[in-house]
Amino acid sequence: MSGRGRAGRRIALIVGAVLILGGFGYLVYGGLDENLVYFLTPTELLERGDAAYDAPVRLGGQVDPGTVVWDAAALDLRFQLTDGTQRIEVHSKGAPPQMFRDGIGVVVEGRLTRAGIFESTNLMVKHSNEYRPPPEGHEPRQMYKSLVREGAR
Amino acid sequence: MIQTIGSSSIAVALALTLYGVVAAVVGVRRRRPELLRSAEAVAYTNFGLLSLATLAMVYALVTHDFSVSYVAQVGSRSTPLFITIISLWSALEGSILFWGWVLAAYTAAAVYLNRERHGSLVPYALTILLGVGAFFYLLLVGPANPFGTRWPVPADGPGPNPLLQNHILMAVHPPLLYLGYVGMTVPFAFAIGALLSGRLDDTWIRTTRRWTVAAWTFLTLAIVAGMWWSYEVLGWGGYWAWDPVENASFMPWLTATAFLHSVMVQERRGMLKVWNLSLIIATFLLTILGTFLTRSGIVSSVHAFTAGSIGYYFLAFIAAILVFSLVVLAGRSQELRSAGNLDGVASRETVFLLNNLLLSAFTFTVLLGTLYPLVAEALRGVKVSVGAPFYNRMTLPLCVALLFLMGVGPALPWRSASRETLRRQLLPPLAAAVLVAVASVAFGVRQVYAVLAFAFGAFALVANLREYGTGVRARMRAHAEGPLTALRHLVAANPRRYGGYVAHIGVIAMAIGIAASSTFRMERDATLRSGETVEVPGGRFALRFDELWALDEPQRFVVGAYMTVLREGREIGRLDPRLNFYRGNDQPIATPAVRTRPDLDIYVNLMAFERDGSSATFRILTEPLVFWIWLGGGIIGLGAAIALWPGRRRRAALMTDPAIPAGKGGER
Repeated sequence: MSGRGRAGRRIALIVGAVLILGGFGYLVYGGLDENLVYFLTPTELLERGDAAYDAPVRLGGQVDPGTVVWDAAALDLRFQLTDGTQRIEVHSKGAPPQMFRDGIGVVVEGRLTRAGIFESTNLMVKHSNEYRPPPEGHEPRQMYKSLVREGAR
Repeated sequence: MIQTIGSSSIAVALALTLYGVVAAVVGVRRRRPELLRSAEAVAYTNFGLLSLATLAMVYALVTHDFSVSYVAQVGSRSTPLFITIISLWSALEGSILFWGWVLAAYTAAAVYLNRERHGSLVPYALTILLGVGAFFYLLLVGPANPFGTRWPVPADGPGPNPLLQNHILMAVHPPLLYLGYVGMTVPFAFAIGALLSGRLDDTWIRTTRRWTVAAWTFLTLAIVAGMWWSYEVLGWGGYWAWDPVENASFMPWLTATAFLHSVMVQERRGMLKVWNLSLIIATFLLTILGTFLTRSGIVSSVHAFTAGSIGYYFLAFIAAILVFSLVVLAGRSQELRSAGNLDGVASRETVFLLNNLLLSAFTFTVLLGTLYPLVAEALRGVKVSVGAPFYNRMTLPLCVALLFLMGVGPALPWRSASRETLRRQLLPPLAAAVLVAVASVAFGVRQVYAVLAFAFGAFALVANLREYGTGVRARMRAHAEGPLTALRHLVAANPRRYGGYVAHIGVIAMAIGIAASSTFRMERDATLRSGETVEVPGGRFALRFDELWALDEPQRFVVGAYMTVLREGREIGRLDPRLNFYRGNDQPIATPAVRTRPDLDIYVNLMAFERDGSSATFRILTEPLVFWIWLGGGIIGLGAAIALWPGRRRRAALMTDPAIPAGKGGER
């Protein structure tokens, strides 16, 4: 094989690799832009105006006390999510976690519909890393004492 | 007392290590063997000192010495002994200590096994190993000191993170991950050693081949164990969420996998020298980046322990390693010319090149998706996450292409293949692929990537099995051996090659398990009164909720549900999903119950329950072929064990002359 042929093949290889990587980089960038999920509070979401609707969002805030409507048979959950300033009605299908209750911090994933209701596909209770002793009578071992059976596994 | 033993061991190790770095460099430059011996002695002494510090910490944990800051942070009198011991790696400081100990062990072993060999390569490699060690000892002396003193001494502690003490795999996943991560330091050190010493042939690759394969294997098993843990604990029925910390373990795996393949091209054809050095440097950097992501608290996840100054140390270290490696690499670039050239397009080296291109693109995608949220938050002040659709869209084509190449590579010879060879080697696997594709579509599979995964999985499976078939038949003819003897001799003659094919089969099993379980996953939530029965999605099974029960344990309070699995009205098994309420944590940790069978997993998670036990809400999932993901991990481990087995040539060489570099020849 001639030296020129080798050099030519080498250049062709490098050009090919650059083209493939460049095209791939472009694809990655486009894919990234479309699939970003913003983490917002109700105030921030509503501030976005028209862009707020039908875009995937993670919405964080607290469950407004007294607004929870839970239909256990239909597994249908509605509540108001608030950040203290704005509130958004959230609708979710499926069982909420055991810890879900009034006033707790939650993150919901989903989209805000044109009807102004946030359709949630995933509901997570926010982890608190700081230890707070539960209020008197709310220790699980006291609350669920009646479930303890003799000879249970 | 314990604090003194622990802290002083680490401080002495740091001082000795700094001396060792200087001694090794001066010793090799000025040709002073006595200095080199003293630097080697530092490697052994460090192992002793770090072992002492680690033992001191385990002792403090087991004796509940809450005056030690780390014990006060993760210990608790009510935690069972076994969990107490493994909480050594359940928080930042302890895990850095464990890391330091593993690195000290690797360093001592690498020095011992390569002493008085390879001229100046080993002293330079030792310099790098000690330098990396110095960084971790510095962390242990400074921002991640586990041996701080608590005063007044607390009476009890909070215990380790509940998510981590909830499953036995937490005893397995972190040590495997550290063995994998830290193990990558050895080939990195020898690569830089090769650059510094000017021994630019493939001595560094041959010397560290087993180290790289072993580290890769640990990393693979760690990732699989992590997936399994996630499946068994997190309760959403998945095993991979493109979480930043999962990505952190996956990126070095991708580059290390590329490296394992591309070094063969250098060994056979003398090509890709700069590329191989770059890959191993990238792998090492990605392990440190992964530790930075998981340990600095910069991303929020199960693994992120604290936010502190430690992140800056890691950033500085990453920057230093990057600049240093690039400068050293650039300095030798003139001497790193390829000895060989690409002869034919249809050759094994081409497949390795494509494999490396795809794995690099894969790494790049994951890196971008992982770092983008950090950059966006730092520069634009917005909190974003990159959704799974991004990763799936970008990486699924790469996955099926890699699966395809996994079948083409073993089937093609080095240099170039004739048309006839191509036809003979590729037709049977192609036939299998077409058959499986048609069958999948006929059985109602409509997802393009699932069909491609099954078809290319079949393609690669047949191609790899055929390598065994032709090898065994050739031996049976040539040596008049029985099939089993022929198989044994075939593998023993070239364990690396045939172990590699077994590992391929493990990857294929995993790929098919992942494709099937993610495509055909079915899910439903149901609130049941006790005694009530519900159909499991898919219709083949039903589940009856029998009764709610609770158990008061010292470290936690368990609420569980007894459930019976029914098939056509007959009782065929029991499941008991639970919620564990750990002391000192207001959020219960779910423990889903999984009925695993080779064809189908039934997965039940207890979501919520009435206080009086009258009813409870469950999430019920079915996922086919999940079993094959875990089995595939085991097969990869088996393949790696075969590849690490000393081959006949190596054994003979070891018996006659210990100075012969490991594994000369052996490849086809």
